[in-house]
Amino acid sequence: MEASEYKSDQYVRFCPGCGDHAICMALQKAMAQIGIPPHQIAVISGIGCSSRMPHYLNTYGFNTIHGRGGAVATGVKTSHPELTVWQMSGDGDCLAIGGNHFIHEIRRNVNLNVCMFNNRIYGLTKGQYSPTSPKGFVSKSSPFGTVERPFIPAELVLGARGTFFARTLDVDMPTTVECLVAAHQHKGASIVECLVNCVIFNNGTHAWIADREQRAEHAIILKHGEKMIFGTNKDKGLAVEIDPQTFVPKIIVVPADDPRVLTHDAHQQDPTLHRLLALMGQDRYLEVKANDEGTTGECLPVALGVIRDVEAETYDEAVNRQIQEVRASSKTRTFDQLTATLEQWQM
Amino acid sequence: MSKQQVVVRFCGDSGDGMQLTGTLFSSLNAILGHEISTLPDFPAEIRAPQGTLGGVSGFQVELGNQVYTPGDKADVIVAMNAAALKVCTLGGHFNHPQAHFDDEFALYHRHAIVIVDTDSLTDKDLEKAQYHTDNPFTELGIPESVQIVPVALTTLTKESLAESGMDNKSILKSRNMFAFGLICWLFDEPMEKAIHLLEDKFRKKPALIAPNTKVMVDGYNYGQNLAISVNQIHLDGHPNEEHGSYTSIAGNKATAWGLIAAAEKAGKRLFLGSYPITPATDIMHELAARKDMNVMVVQAEDEIAGVCTAIGASFAGDLACTSTSGPGLSLKSEAIGLAVMAELPLVVIDVQRGGPSTGLPTKTEQTDLLQALYGRNGECPAVVIAASSSANCFDYAFEACRLAMENMTPVILLTDTYLANGTALWRIPKLAELPAIHPQSVPESLKGQYNPALRDAQGVRYWAFPGMEGFQHRNIGLERDAERGTISTNPENHEQMILARKHKIEQVANRIPELRVQGNTASNTLLVGWGSTEGHLHAAANELDCALAQFNYIMPLPKNTREILSRYQRIVVCELNTGQFATYLRAQFPDITFEQYNETQGQPFAVERIVNHVKH
Repeated sequence: MEASEYKSDQYVRFCPGCGDHAICMALQKAMAQIGIPPHQIAVISGIGCSSRMPHYLNTYGFNTIHGRGGAVATGVKTSHPELTVWQMSGDGDCLAIGGNHFIHEIRRNVNLNVCMFNNRIYGLTKGQYSPTSPKGFVSKSSPFGTVERPFIPAELVLGARGTFFARTLDVDMPTTVECLVAAHQHKGASIVECLVNCVIFNNGTHAWIADREQRAEHAIILKHGEKMIFGTNKDKGLAVEIDPQTFVPKIIVVPADDPRVLTHDAHQQDPTLHRLLALMGQDRYLEVKANDEGTTGECLPVALGVIRDVEAETYDEAVNRQIQEVRASSKTRTFDQLTATLEQWQM
Repeated sequence: MSKQQVVVRFCGDSGDGMQLTGTLFSSLNAILGHEISTLPDFPAEIRAPQGTLGGVSGFQVELGNQVYTPGDKADVIVAMNAAALKVCTLGGHFNHPQAHFDDEFALYHRHAIVIVDTDSLTDKDLEKAQYHTDNPFTELGIPESVQIVPVALTTLTKESLAESGMDNKSILKSRNMFAFGLICWLFDEPMEKAIHLLEDKFRKKPALIAPNTKVMVDGYNYGQNLAISVNQIHLDGHPNEEHGSYTSIAGNKATAWGLIAAAEKAGKRLFLGSYPITPATDIMHELAARKDMNVMVVQAEDEIAGVCTAIGASFAGDLACTSTSGPGLSLKSEAIGLAVMAELPLVVIDVQRGGPSTGLPTKTEQTDLLQALYGRNGECPAVVIAASSSANCFDYAFEACRLAMENMTPVILLTDTYLANGTALWRIPKLAELPAIHPQSVPESLKGQYNPALRDAQGVRYWAFPGMEGFQHRNIGLERDAERGTISTNPENHEQMILARKHKIEQVANRIPELRVQGNTASNTLLVGWGSTEGHLHAAANELDCALAQFNYIMPLPKNTREILSRYQRIVVCELNTGQFATYLRAQFPDITFEQYNETQGQPFAVERIVNHVKH
């Protein structure tokens, strides 16, 4: 299939320079690579800039109401598991108004592919802080800076017993396509945090890693089965160190040739290491720092790519399997057979 | 003594098994060919301390011929303890320290038979039930015309099971079966049918069959000892019902089965997205147990997810439903608006309860009507219908599915606690007898040219869903272009679409039956009601010798509504709210005068009160 076969006839109305353009193209490329025909795909969204995505895809689409895309998608996938179902959502739609549906679709492990566009701002409502805005963030609804602690989406996903988490960046097309394809291949709720720039209301929010010059030093692309190596000169690696007093494990940067350099195992059921990897570099998004430039390149890189990808039974499969099992052992198939089982009498 | 109708009320502590006893007795009478109408009356508390007034649980049933309601007041009372005796005697005034028997408030009338467990009238029992003297009968001022039948229920049950080897606690739990047997004697009912019912009830706990049967039969035989002082009651005549197979059914179960029948009739899979809420949860229980019928139930994380998973299933081509009560309907409002805008079939069942807010969760009320009609943002019309008996919950659930799938719209079905928990005689239909359902599926000829705004000549858009090749489209909660189906903010288009959605609901009037007048149609007076009050209003209209128009279709109204209303000089709209339907009718027919009769006490109407009001 060609990416063009997944493009709708609608004019794409994201702001010029918005990161959503890139994710839209990546989605069309990923869908073509996956090869499921457009009529067997349903793309469900809530409200927000990202939720306009279904309009630009030549699949079935449903642009629903704020926060409820996850619940609608759960209904589509559970009732019709033969369909491929994508959910498009943002940091506000998914983590604020739709937070309950988000954690429950993850907990149930509904076989959905969820793109969670994180620009750390409400764009469509014109610039209010979001659940991922760092504390102290100044926006129209927080003129003196927010006083709230933000979410780290990965932590929320793992806390809800997530089976798949990937993180990607709008300006890194190959990694984005790779993550989207992997999300489709994973059976269960696949959450892809797409770090996107909001050129109007939060320009440069991901500059730390989006900046081409710095990316190799500030980010690492994790690949299952490969050594965790990064840096402009591929000279750095990641290892784990356990504090002998507190037993708290932490990730450290070591030379690339150090034997302690970790090999990424996305399929490990235990989420401990996945959590450490997903949290790398996230502290800089917890609070607005007075002097960002002072940070040296020695800090931990932000992890991109598929961080966690483990197997577990999906909700939609389990629900449908149970129905089939009961039907296989029951003779009651029709309404008339059902009423025949009632205690009844003739008049 | 022979009678056309008798009202029996079983009353005891929450742990005394009154609901079970009442249900068994009602089923037995239904099997014997009597009409029944039941009213379970649960205490509001989770589990009040034993023997207290707050823990009294009641079950009332009217049996006989031409039974329209569970009855205003009981002819026979079974009071299992001192608290139950007090609650039955004082009604809603049981908490007033000076209250006495009063014809208006007592739950039985002054010629009733009151069977009391004398073993449960000890000083301790009287203290728990807040009596101030040691003679409850005098203290309550029970008139001499009431026939008190003292029975040592506890002692007799212990004697009956003395050799059963059961522990004391289990023996005491069987007291209700002794009372059941005694009531069966009072009505001269055949023991073999009652035994059969017990066997069926305890099918899964066979060890309980023998002891319960023994206690029941001993209770029946004990009745012979009473024969000198108490006359047996014989129910007269035969019910005037159609030939066929009958069973007794509760409203919630009938609702669930109506959905099942509609799914099969329409060739669709039934999907329910729901969240537990009193008094609607039994619908979900019933459907969750019907996997054999290919029913899919998602117990969602909240009310909103309940309706939204259903909307997802509807988008994907299933017959999708959500069940709830008033507070849940509030939470679902925005999503119902989405289904209105996306023009997807959706059945929303609201089992109304006392409100607002958490209100009276276990009591009945008709207070969600205006919410169902108007409780959404924007111009947001949906079909609203109401069931009017526990048995016809089946028909209107079926009808809700038909109207939703044929008109591509949400349909809100209103029932209430009274219908949901009450049981009635139900003639079991065959699927073939039920009306055909033609979902508005997209014709194959539109392949490649389909968009979600295309409508047929009646103004109903077509249903196409994922998996169908050549019908890909984007559905939306945003306003859509009337021609292309894509997002539109054009002012004229918005108005055009508002009118198109309004027209689509109005044209449903062509697809529903006309309003029928019951009672003395030639009278000058017309009672008007809607939904669950039909039985009470029918009985009241009979007593008043006037006419009754009971509405099941509310949005849209039946086409002949104006014509019928304009025939009568005096119209009294009777509702269990402060006048919601009357308000709605006044808005539709500003030239017609509507009187009102309203009650909001969390209880069904009393026929007597309606009659008194309309007479004066």
